[in-house]
Amino acid sequence: MNPITETIVEVAGGPCRVWEKGHGEPLGVLFGLGGCPRWSPFLELLAERRKVIVPSLPGFQGSGTQYRTLDGHLDWITATLDLLEAAELTGADIVGSSVAGMLCAEVAALVPASVRRLVLCDSYGIFDVQDPGGDVFALMPDDSVALQTNDLDKYKELFDARDEDDQVEWKISLFRANEAAARIIWPFGDRGLEKRLHRVRVPTLLLWGANDRVVPPSYMKRFAAHIAGPVKTKVIANAGHLSWLDQPKRSADAILNFLSSE
Amino acid sequence: MRIGNFNLMSYRHLPSDFSKTNESVWVNFDTKLLDPVLLCQDFSDTLDEHEYAASVGFDMLGMNEHHGNGYGLMPSPNLMAAALARRTRDAMLLVLGNSLALYNPPQRVAEEFAMLDCISGGRVIAGFPVGTPMDTCYVYGTNSSELRDRYYEAHDLIIAAWKNKEPFSFKGRFNQQRYVNITPRPVQDPHPPIWIPAGGSVETWRFCALHDYVYCYLTYFGYLSGEKIIKGYWDEMKDAGKPPNPFQAGIVQFVGVADSFDEALKLYSEPATYFFNNILHVNPRWTVAPGYITEATARAGIASQVQAAANRSVASQAQADTRHLEFREMVEKGFVIIGEPDQVAEKLRHVATSQNVGNILAMAQFGNMNSELARYNMKRIAQEVKPQIQDIFEKEWEHPNWPKPVNFAPRRADPR
Repeated sequence: MNPITETIVEVAGGPCRVWEKGHGEPLGVLFGLGGCPRWSPFLELLAERRKVIVPSLPGFQGSGTQYRTLDGHLDWITATLDLLEAAELTGADIVGSSVAGMLCAEVAALVPASVRRLVLCDSYGIFDVQDPGGDVFALMPDDSVALQTNDLDKYKELFDARDEDDQVEWKISLFRANEAAARIIWPFGDRGLEKRLHRVRVPTLLLWGANDRVVPPSYMKRFAAHIAGPVKTKVIANAGHLSWLDQPKRSADAILNFLSSE
Repeated sequence: MRIGNFNLMSYRHLPSDFSKTNESVWVNFDTKLLDPVLLCQDFSDTLDEHEYAASVGFDMLGMNEHHGNGYGLMPSPNLMAAALARRTRDAMLLVLGNSLALYNPPQRVAEEFAMLDCISGGRVIAGFPVGTPMDTCYVYGTNSSELRDRYYEAHDLIIAAWKNKEPFSFKGRFNQQRYVNITPRPVQDPHPPIWIPAGGSVETWRFCALHDYVYCYLTYFGYLSGEKIIKGYWDEMKDAGKPPNPFQAGIVQFVGVADSFDEALKLYSEPATYFFNNILHVNPRWTVAPGYITEATARAGIASQVQAAANRSVASQAQADTRHLEFREMVEKGFVIIGEPDQVAEKLRHVATSQNVGNILAMAQFGNMNSELARYNMKRIAQEVKPQIQDIFEKEWEHPNWPKPVNFAPRRADPR
């Protein structure tokens, strides 16, 4: 297996990190809440079969502070399109998790040629006041993390600074990722996506943690009802909002199976 | 030295076990605890107390804006100031203030302050707070990451609306208006003095230093807790090449006057413990909106006032036996300044001179204090403390941010 290569591309007037590993057809993976602080078992499993490309959205790890110049949903969609293009992912299979799922769904709806097949993991984008998920931004940090994951040890392994990391900058990178996520979805991640989902015509997999308490699994049906393309759904047992973190093998298998079957 | 009567208008009738039985006094505050009839009385009393404070000699009357809470019941301080503008003649009206990012368009702030300035004959001080995260991000739903940029843009729009004498177009990131042309104009030319209530972010030091606004430190924990923050502001002023004019800084301070220290302990213990143990009972989860604390402030390791208060509230609850802060401790730590008039004057003199602060916003009414005690306190502060300290700084410095009232005949004849 080849090592991870890192490229810095420019998006929205600032740097964005792009990680790449593996061979074969490119598969883009975009992370949401918390971002992608390290290469993870989930990515490793995907990279065994595909060339995995992981671009960081503005504000997330490896990017600059340009996210503070993105002032609305259209700015974020534009930045996502620019990022996919810069990472040479235009027209590729795309996995979007959480906050990034919302942006990937928008991109697939508005620029159909930008995505070949779409995987949405525990995606934001729709909010029903009668069926609300938990508010990750209205909890103390430890409680917010506990809401997002079923497996605190795995979370710490990935998200906590290690001795060799710059402790201050590591904290600041999480601070920025948290702020950028809030900037994209405050107050509850609904920018009218439901009105545009009928334009998602590509094969789509909806992958949800059975214990997602942030965007409950019931939302999977709402996405499925509006997406025009062939939709498959899969619920991952023993997984929370960060289902890829809690169950990397089951998540990666579901994605790879979907991509090989469609 | 300028001395104001500052009142948050906290709810005075929370149950004694409020902090044990309720999660928070803010955001998910149980509004069923508010009795509307009692509130009619409270609004009346609060306005009466301000009028009384003006009549006994306070230089200014201060009020502020909060939402969805039992801590401060004036979502529109402008309405309070409007009532007071008609019932007072000399005291300045310190509206501290309007949370700029919450008004759409922010022109509304320029207009309402202009109206108040005209109604009061030029006695308005315009406060421009960012607002607490509870008010702005959670209750009003403003994007926490955009809040400060929206605030700065609103500021620019308001100042331009006041200064431009011709219609103009405003093209901001969040506000676009083809025709800005406000009426009325403030009577103070070009606009009322601007004071910035601050909770400790480094950006606010710079903002005040850049624009020559009064930096007004709103602390619940007295002058001792403010030392580091005020010093940060003066360092910033020095770096900006600005003179250390004490009138460019203000601080809020709980004050209680009586015949003796022991008497003051007796009189003010209950309202103070009520305030610190119930009114500040904010769940800290309502203070963590991402981006509300800026990266620069986070790097500087400064917690916001509201965060500090909320964390304290939780910490005190963690200690089951001593969950209630004792009044003596509040006095020792400087949260509350009490005593006989000479003692209080001496302590306030120390606050002013040690921190170089020329505006003291005395909280003479706090917690669940009854109106009678509030008036007693106000009268003694105004007539026995204020004369001892009012000359501080006045010979050496001009106040660059004090209103300039105009002469007019406010009431030609009794309209009745």
